Amino acid sequence: MTYIFDNSLQGLLTSVFEWFERKPGKVVLKSAEIFQPEAFVESFTVITDAEKADRVWNGLEKKLKKDWLRKFYCSYLSEIPEAYNHLFQFSIYIFQNPIGAESNYGNEHVIALSKYAKSVEREKHRMEAFIRFQKTGDGIFYAGIDPDFNVLPLISNHFKNRYADQQWVIYDLKRKYGLHYNLTAVEEITISFSHGVNKQNPAPVLMDEGEALYATLWKDYFKSANIVARKNTKLHVQHVPKRYWKYLTEKAI
Amino acid sequence: MSDRIREKLNILADAAKYDVSCSSSGGTRKNTNKGLGDSHSSGICHTYTEDGRCVSLLKILLTNHCIYDCLFCVSRKSNDIKRAAFTVDEVVELTMNFYRRNYIEGLFLSSGIFKNADFTMERLLQVVKKLRLEQNYNGYIHLKTIPGASDELIKEAGLYADRMSINLEMPTEAGLKLLAPEKNHEDVIKPLAFVQQQISQFSADKKLIKHIPKFVPAGQSTQMVIGATPESDKDIMYTANAFYKNFALKRVYYSGYVPISNDTRMPVLGTQPPLLRENRLYQTDWLMRFYGFKVQEILNDANPNLDVDIDPKLSWAIRNMQHFPVDINTADYKMILRIPGIGVMSAQKIVQARKFGKLRIDQLKKIGVAYNRAKHFITCLDSPYQLRDYQGTQIKAFILAESQSKYLKTDSNQMILF
Repeated sequence: MTYIFDNSLQGLLTSVFEWFERKPGKVVLKSAEIFQPEAFVESFTVITDAEKADRVWNGLEKKLKKDWLRKFYCSYLSEIPEAYNHLFQFSIYIFQNPIGAESNYGNEHVIALSKYAKSVEREKHRMEAFIRFQKTGDGIFYAGIDPDFNVLPLISNHFKNRYADQQWVIYDLKRKYGLHYNLTAVEEITISFSHGVNKQNPAPVLMDEGEALYATLWKDYFKSANIVARKNTKLHVQHVPKRYWKYLTEKAI
Repeated sequence: MSDRIREKLNILADAAKYDVSCSSSGGTRKNTNKGLGDSHSSGICHTYTEDGRCVSLLKILLTNHCIYDCLFCVSRKSNDIKRAAFTVDEVVELTMNFYRRNYIEGLFLSSGIFKNADFTMERLLQVVKKLRLEQNYNGYIHLKTIPGASDELIKEAGLYADRMSINLEMPTEAGLKLLAPEKNHEDVIKPLAFVQQQISQFSADKKLIKHIPKFVPAGQSTQMVIGATPESDKDIMYTANAFYKNFALKRVYYSGYVPISNDTRMPVLGTQPPLLRENRLYQTDWLMRFYGFKVQEILNDANPNLDVDIDPKLSWAIRNMQHFPVDINTADYKMILRIPGIGVMSAQKIVQARKFGKLRIDQLKKIGVAYNRAKHFITCLDSPYQLRDYQGTQIKAFILAESQSKYLKTDSNQMILF
């Protein structure tokens, strides 16, 4: 049997509730986006219900420690279709077993979640490293990104704590939403870019006077810090995969 | 104006790059009063140079004027190079503006010795005080302790820096005397010991009094140049081990010597830096710090140098086949850590997972074990039955045959016939 849900975290948690309500045996969870009806498999569309979702989440909070709740949330943010099903199966497995079952790394859902979480945390860490702010004319520090996973919710606190005395915007160009810190709190924003504007690198006329100088100094520094006799391009690309080069001031030509 | 600062940055970053430490981990500083910066406990590498090294700090010298003439150093007095010096404000501006754009985790400030040790240390102190007190900057600061500076200056610097370091430069006193007759290890040991004693004093006080200032919260580190003088790997690692033990160092760095001088006492210009050797030394360092190995197990009079073709963990296993095979489902965590192909994370997962049932090969692979390497040293639930015991040398040949070293360009495997 297939359960279909609406891609939301609440929807996923509701699906777990519905399964325990009905106990239909083996079920695969799919998101409505990718669901294709199959000839001999029954399907059931889960209707997202905040109350049911809360009950499941509270249940998970009782069974799992903080680190695993975080892994659960990270796996959800991966947006990988198979991850949703693993999350669904993992929840059922956790509820059906005594406390501590999440350390059974021999279980396929446990190991799957720990791998998804690792990938998402790595992407989160990369964003903390590779985001480059550009100071605009009105004093806001801007960065446009398109991360592999939906990591904005995970990096918000890091940037808020670090850049407490400057206004900044981090915009996810792929998912079309961003974060704006206004010196007191971080809020979610959407920007309607005017047609033809370069969202990654806005035109120099919009920038602060010092911006070009510091970008140049940084590029100079990056070149000076290199030891030519130790050149190791393979290692370089392994640490800074090419898909991130577009973020990096020091890699811009 | 901008051309001059560019030139200075090029000169003083270029001179600082032979200091390999770029770690920004271990900081505990929190953003206070809506200032700038907050430390990240595991550190962040913001980019990597084309030689594959992490760039996390703005690593510069305050000046490359120096009164010493150490042969292994580009800034030595007798070297004919351009000299420059930053003003205190220039360093502060650069740090703040790089940090605001998320280029860096912080500042690594070192300096050539000009006039004398105290004068130099005092200038370094001015920079960090300005950053911390005037700019409300809470990012990471790695500061060089200048050997010979007064205890008062070093102690004050420790209140603002996250990490302090002094380089041993050469692994043995004899090596140092050969290339830098004006220096000796004692000059390094004294301030290292002083800072270490202050760190433990502050942490002891912290148990009694709640609000006590931080003192070098990310600890101390040091660096040795490898391959400029003829020490064995054993000499190097025994020195490292002693410094880890005696001064509770956070890190010892090994820097393969990049030829910068045509003096006859050193490798000639154009010699490749000993990258493979450096890598093996770091592997040994990790085995000592995270895998529970004693340095004497890896390097001793019978084996004074590390193997080139295989890593030190595999090398130890092959020399000590009496401990293997290890049963994954019953062995101690400590023993599992010693199996080639199993790292710390996998070992921890194995110990947790086996409580739920005996582990099979496919599960080990999913957990992250490098099974093709580990299979020679383990048994698990469905290990294939093996008729004969292989010798260490045979296992080494098996592993070498199926792995490709990134360092060895030519394949030097000799087939074993019997």
